[in-house]
Amino acid sequence: MKNAFYEQHRDEIEAILAKYPPEHKRSAMLPLLYLVQREFGGHIPPEGMQIVAEILDVSVTEVDGVVGFYTLFHDRPGGRYRIQVCTDMPCALRGAEDFLHQLEDALGIKAGETTPDGLITLEEVMCIAACDKAPVFQVQTPEGLTYHENMDLEKALALVEAWRKAEAERAAQ
Amino acid sequence: MAEHLLLRHRDIPDIDRLEVYRAHGGFEAFRKAVTQMDPDAVTDEVKRSGLRGRGGAGFPTGLKWSFMDKSNWPHYVVANADESEPGTFKDREIMERNPFQFLEGVAIAAYAVGAQRAYIYLRGEFWPIARWLDEKIAELEAAGLLGDNLFGTDYSLRIYTHLGAGAYICGEETALLESLEGKRGQPRVRPPFPPQKGLWGKPTVVNNVETLTNVPLIIERGADWYRTMGTEKSPGPKVFSLSGRVKRPGNYELPLGTTFRELIFEHGGGIIDDRPIKGIMAAGASSSIMVATDEVLDTPMDYESPQKVGGMLGSASVIVLDDTVNMAWLVKKTVHFFHHESCGKCTPCREGTYWMDKLIQRIMSGQGTQQDVETLYEVALQIRGKTLCALGEFSTMAVVTGIERFKEDFEAVVRGA
Ligand SMILES: Cc1cc2nc3c(=O)[nH]c(=O)nc-3n(C[C@H](O)[C@H](O)[C@H](O)COP(=O)(O)O)c2cc1C
Ligand code: SF4
Ligand code: FES
Repeated sequence: MKNAFYEQHRDEIEAILAKYPPEHKRSAMLPLLYLVQREFGGHIPPEGMQIVAEILDVSVTEVDGVVGFYTLFHDRPGGRYRIQVCTDMPCALRGAEDFLHQLEDALGIKAGETTPDGLITLEEVMCIAACDKAPVFQVQTPEGLTYHENMDLEKALALVEAWRKAEAERAAQ
Repeated sequence: MAEHLLLRHRDIPDIDRLEVYRAHGGFEAFRKAVTQMDPDAVTDEVKRSGLRGRGGAGFPTGLKWSFMDKSNWPHYVVANADESEPGTFKDREIMERNPFQFLEGVAIAAYAVGAQRAYIYLRGEFWPIARWLDEKIAELEAAGLLGDNLFGTDYSLRIYTHLGAGAYICGEETALLESLEGKRGQPRVRPPFPPQKGLWGKPTVVNNVETLTNVPLIIERGADWYRTMGTEKSPGPKVFSLSGRVKRPGNYELPLGTTFRELIFEHGGGIIDDRPIKGIMAAGASSSIMVATDEVLDTPMDYESPQKVGGMLGSASVIVLDDTVNMAWLVKKTVHFFHHESCGKCTPCREGTYWMDKLIQRIMSGQGTQQDVETLYEVALQIRGKTLCALGEFSTMAVVTGIERFKEDFEAVVRGA
């Protein structure tokens, strides 16, 4: 079904659907969920699931089940920047747990929490295929994801500072 | 140092540009296959090369392709770019730095099995790599190297990227296919295997990124040349991801059959602060922990030898452990990983990883007893042989070998030492 969201994002949605045979359009589930997550500012609320369910002709329950299965989809809002530090075993062998604790102290929040200004959520993640460059984190935003490798506290805080500035400028506009 | 065949960007830094890749013979293997070779002849050449899957199981690639059901069409090729095994980071370097060789491998595999559509399934964290590959695919289409009626023949091929969204289990090939169909990534009951019934119920070849990156070389230079590298049963080059307590972690491309000692001490520069080496995990977090004896260090890294010394090669993600590492701590990390990543479809894995996680946490918190260590060991053994996919088995490897081979580490934790 073509809902208002579809009309609004027609080109992008049709480019996604074109990757799969029309009889298998359900395969567009994950790409559409990324699109919805972006448009809702970083999470997928019930109406976002509804939108995807309508486009793909599946039930909302099924979409909900998919959202819940994958760690990069969020059904609740978090910070605009999700700092996802890898503390999996190979990184932990190279100081990743210490790094996380330093970052927790510096940001004043624990892993799993969001800063009071709503800018940053700090999370722990499993291996992200950068184990030779620990400490590492990825930053997930509504728009996408970037890797930050061979990190230390200073470099991480410089990034945070740059985001705070960008956010203040955005607010001033 | 011999020429790099997979990490070719280390010799030719701008090989990620199409004109540079082509100047070095790029896409000539694909052209040769499509214009001069019967699809079965391509499969036969790959069979003769002895190439074995680099995703973990070491299954002969040409043989897998020959299993495709020719009474059921269309056929598909899916590249497994999920790369989520802790300690593995080789496919990422290949795709980021030598993307065209990988894409040419996908194209040749597709031609060999008669597929006109191929998908590259990337873990969601590889979002920037998917965008990058999309650009490269568009360049290939513009250059007439992908698309309709290739090289004036009636063969047509499109390659698409598809992003996962964070789930280790989606690296398992049938879970990957479920995920690609827009569902939760939970493994399917096998048989049927994907070459019989894969994507959308159609015959499908699933191959690892590194496996496919070997293919253009085999078609260009021939199976006999390929077999001059590596060992009789494990021919060819391999990218070893080296991590943990070494001075120079990273990817190293070496012939299969290179010893652990050479990888760790020559290429990796040895152990941090020159401390004593204690253990090796050769297949990422899924592996047994080998005691780093001289015998183990001198073992060739091929698909057979590590098994003789209580290990396995798997994805060749070599994690090095020194005397600062307590194996009970390590087991806590691996168990936590597998509990987190269990897809929950079968009870022994879902419940077993839950209980192992509880037990090892109690042990590590200082509240545990020797009885808890024994229970942990028993729970691990109970999981084995009873699960739908190999993740259940993987979750027990470090537990069982850790307790059997490094008993004193667990005793020390229980005693509060
Ligand atoms: C739990 C689990 C995780 C796996 N993860 C990956 C992975 O990330 N990448 C991969 O190529 N193969 C992975 N595999 C192996 C695949 O199921 C499959 O054997 C492989 O993609 C086949 O390709 P190959 O023959 O070229 O190795 C995994 C298997 C299991 C059981
Ligand atoms: S063994 Fe674990 S991961 Fe595999 S299907 Fe069963 S529950 Fe899922
Ligand atoms: S363990 Fe952290 S990136 Fe692999």
